[in-house]
Amino acid sequence: MSKAKDALLDPLFNNNPIALQILGICSALAVTNKLSTALTMTIAVVFVTAFSNASISAIRNHIPNSIRIIVQMTIIATLVIIIDQMLKAFAYEMSKALSVYVGLIITNCIVMGRAEAFAMKNSVKLSFLDGIGNGLGYGIVLLAVGFVRELFGSGKLFGLTILSPVNNGGWYVTNGLMLLAPSAFFLIGFIIWGLRTWKPELQE
Amino acid sequence: MSHYFTIFFESVFIDNIALTFFLGMCTFIAVSKKVDTALMLGAAVIAVEVITVPVNNLLYTFLLKKGALAWAGYPNLDLSFLGLICYIGVIAAIVQILEMALDKYFPALYNALGIFLPLITVNCAILGAVLFMVNKDFNFAESTVYGAGVGVGFALAISLLAGIREKLTYSDVPKGVRGVGITFIIVGLMAMSFMAFSGLKFT
Repeated sequence: MSKAKDALLDPLFNNNPIALQILGICSALAVTNKLSTALTMTIAVVFVTAFSNASISAIRNHIPNSIRIIVQMTIIATLVIIIDQMLKAFAYEMSKALSVYVGLIITNCIVMGRAEAFAMKNSVKLSFLDGIGNGLGYGIVLLAVGFVRELFGSGKLFGLTILSPVNNGGWYVTNGLMLLAPSAFFLIGFIIWGLRTWKPELQE
Repeated sequence: MSHYFTIFFESVFIDNIALTFFLGMCTFIAVSKKVDTALMLGAAVIAVEVITVPVNNLLYTFLLKKGALAWAGYPNLDLSFLGLICYIGVIAAIVQILEMALDKYFPALYNALGIFLPLITVNCAILGAVLFMVNKDFNFAESTVYGAGVGVGFALAISLLAGIREKLTYSDVPKGVRGVGITFIIVGLMAMSFMAFSGLKFT
């Protein structure tokens, strides 16, 4: 049981995919200027890592070693297409907001990395949990960055006004930098700093 | 002609794939410790972009786009939902072919680039450029220029970052932020300075 717990909980902080394994950063930065896009992206990534891990683990003894990358790619790409089509059908606005970044889950190194490093060696159940854990570890960072960026950039959370901005007659002067690209880099840098100060054994 | 220059310079400076769209970040951070290796990776990315973006453009125009299969007698077929799986397949295949060709004809170059080529398959900068190409509805010539521009932009950004990181070895960075943390902050500053280019207009 403890192995299953480790597979699920370890990626959240001790081995966080973004802050420590430095995987899957691309999309983490691009979709975080609003919490709603960050949340959608998290759900999509949890879904893809969990099911790709489970299905790759299920057929791991039948994949010839020389073509394993292409097999993994095909499974991942199929799952991403499912997500992409679902978003287009049921949440068209959201799929426009995420633009190419949904498709880019295919090349998100978290998915590939977990398939290669974990699912090829472990049972279906453990791999499924590991997929969920890593997806959530990615999601935590995404939501943290999204929270700060949306709150200070536009004074809102999930589109609801929290700090009423000056141009609407409120008092809060919005910080435009938070909505632009560089702030995401700074925030992730600071998150890594914080995490490594909290857990000094992770320092380089 | 100026139209192509615009596409090229926009993709190098204004819409730099690494610093404005955050694509290819994993390799961008991981392989930027030394200028030499960064330049090598940059060269490999340029080569792969110049080939894959136009090839995927052909694939999209003649097989996947709505009505693209009219020549085969299916004028109403829309296969664009298969796009993602096709693009990634094409990218993987081209990288593999490029690797074998380099191994056969340019062994010296292969030894230098060898380890970076497989990495490039899962580099989001490549797939990202292809998806942007489809979004922007480029034709064949435009997509070639766009591929070259994106590749050059990535190479430029990664070699600049490697230059800064080499100098950084001598600085006294706080313990917790050493390594990856400070790299992120540097990339953030670089992205800010690249934003200055967004005021450029090509006419």
